[in-house]
Amino acid sequence: MIRIENLSKSFTLHNQGGTVIPVMAGAALTVAKGECVGLIGQSGAGKSTLMRMVYGNYLTAGGRLFVGGIDVAQASPREIIRLRRETLGYVSQFLRVVPRVPTLDVVAEPLLALGTGVNQARDHAASLLTRLNIPERLWTLSPTTFSGGEQQRVNIARGFAHPYPALLLDEPTASLDAANREVVLTFIEEAKARGAAILGIFHDETARARVCDRLVDVTDFTPKAAA
Amino acid sequence: MTVQQTITTDQPLLRVDSLTKRYGARIGCADVSFDLYPGEVLGVVGESGSGKSTLLSCLAGHLSPDLGRISYDGRDVLAMSETERRRLGRTDWAYVHQNPRDGLRMGVSAGGNVGERLMAVGARHYGDIRAKATDWLGRVEIAADRIDDRPSAFSGGMQQRLQIARNLVTGPRLVFMDEPTGGLDVSVQARLLDLLRGLVRDLGLSVIIVTHDLAVVRLLAHRLMVMKSGRVIEQGLTDQVLDDPQAAYTQLLVSSVLQV
Repeated sequence: MIRIENLSKSFTLHNQGGTVIPVMAGAALTVAKGECVGLIGQSGAGKSTLMRMVYGNYLTAGGRLFVGGIDVAQASPREIIRLRRETLGYVSQFLRVVPRVPTLDVVAEPLLALGTGVNQARDHAASLLTRLNIPERLWTLSPTTFSGGEQQRVNIARGFAHPYPALLLDEPTASLDAANREVVLTFIEEAKARGAAILGIFHDETARARVCDRLVDVTDFTPKAAA
Repeated sequence: MTVQQTITTDQPLLRVDSLTKRYGARIGCADVSFDLYPGEVLGVVGESGSGKSTLLSCLAGHLSPDLGRISYDGRDVLAMSETERRRLGRTDWAYVHQNPRDGLRMGVSAGGNVGERLMAVGARHYGDIRAKATDWLGRVEIAADRIDDRPSAFSGGMQQRLQIARNLVTGPRLVFMDEPTGGLDVSVQARLLDLLRGLVRDLGLSVIIVTHDLAVVRLLAHRLMVMKSGRVIEQGLTDQVLDDPQAAYTQLLVSSVLQV
């Protein structure tokens, strides 16, 4: 489902003397349907950079990067928008939403974007929020005022609202208590069972051991010149 | 699935090819090309004087470009008669001005400002017009008891919201916006952003929005064009351009924003 070949990335800082920072070279990995692959490597090794390239958020310097048959490295913005709407979900560590939009609508939005009816989308959002223990009295409020753990759960509900065939998870259990962590791990297991290909960063080692089928150390992709 | 089908299968709604406008020897905008599809929001950013507003004015027919082509829904806009273009401006297109005074009739009531647009496209039943005007005033959070007041009695933020209601009430397909959230409170901006996102999603509305505000484009625009000295120096997916800017100027623009 996800196939990365010889991927490289560098940043050029034009306003700091044109410094070129190579951050990745020769990256390669695959994630099959129903498989969860965990990225490991110390902070700054390039885990998030790799995830952002897969999502089309960062441009690539070279190589190929297939998600469900589309080469994200070559795709037009329109193709990436469509890929994100239909195929590729992303749970980031940060919640970025229009202020004042109720939580229920924030979670329903990915479904509305796919043309699902409002009531059906809201019902599904409600069931996800219930499972994630977000009290119903908060559903009509904007998540911008929520605690860190609550915001993260709203993000997770959004990321799992549509059964994306491919999912990127950036520390999905980081600020959660034991009960909610269990819910999220169950979500991940359910997604795998329905055939989703998952690429994730998990600092939580027990969570990683439970859901990941394989681990890939991104330190192997760090350019030698920069190491 | 109707919205999605419009988004994914249709032809571009607007095609712009090598558009150039000069003011004497000075460049207004030069060699601008892009396609805009139904349901797509294109953000145009850049500093003052970068040509953003000139580009928007050329697209909307307020200025005549010197070179280039504009095609709307398969029709050559620059070859249209003035009458045809005016009809488009009343029906399919809407233009939200930076200064609400440029987009409103200051001597006509708020309800009249909205109702007038409906009448221009053929609405005649007074009760229906008033009901629809009240509905739209509500959507932009103007209280129903202000419907008979003139815009001159409104605050700047209310005037801007009224202008947006006036423009969107007829269900246009393409909306041009020039700094539409500039003078507004943050909370009102948020409400408008949500309203616009809903319209884009549900009606397949296409929008070209010119702004200084990178936070607004991040939340609203699918794609982003960065302009400098009249030329497009970078374009792409909005979050990609903001998070991994390639051009020196874009890097400066993005890094100059204060984090809140």
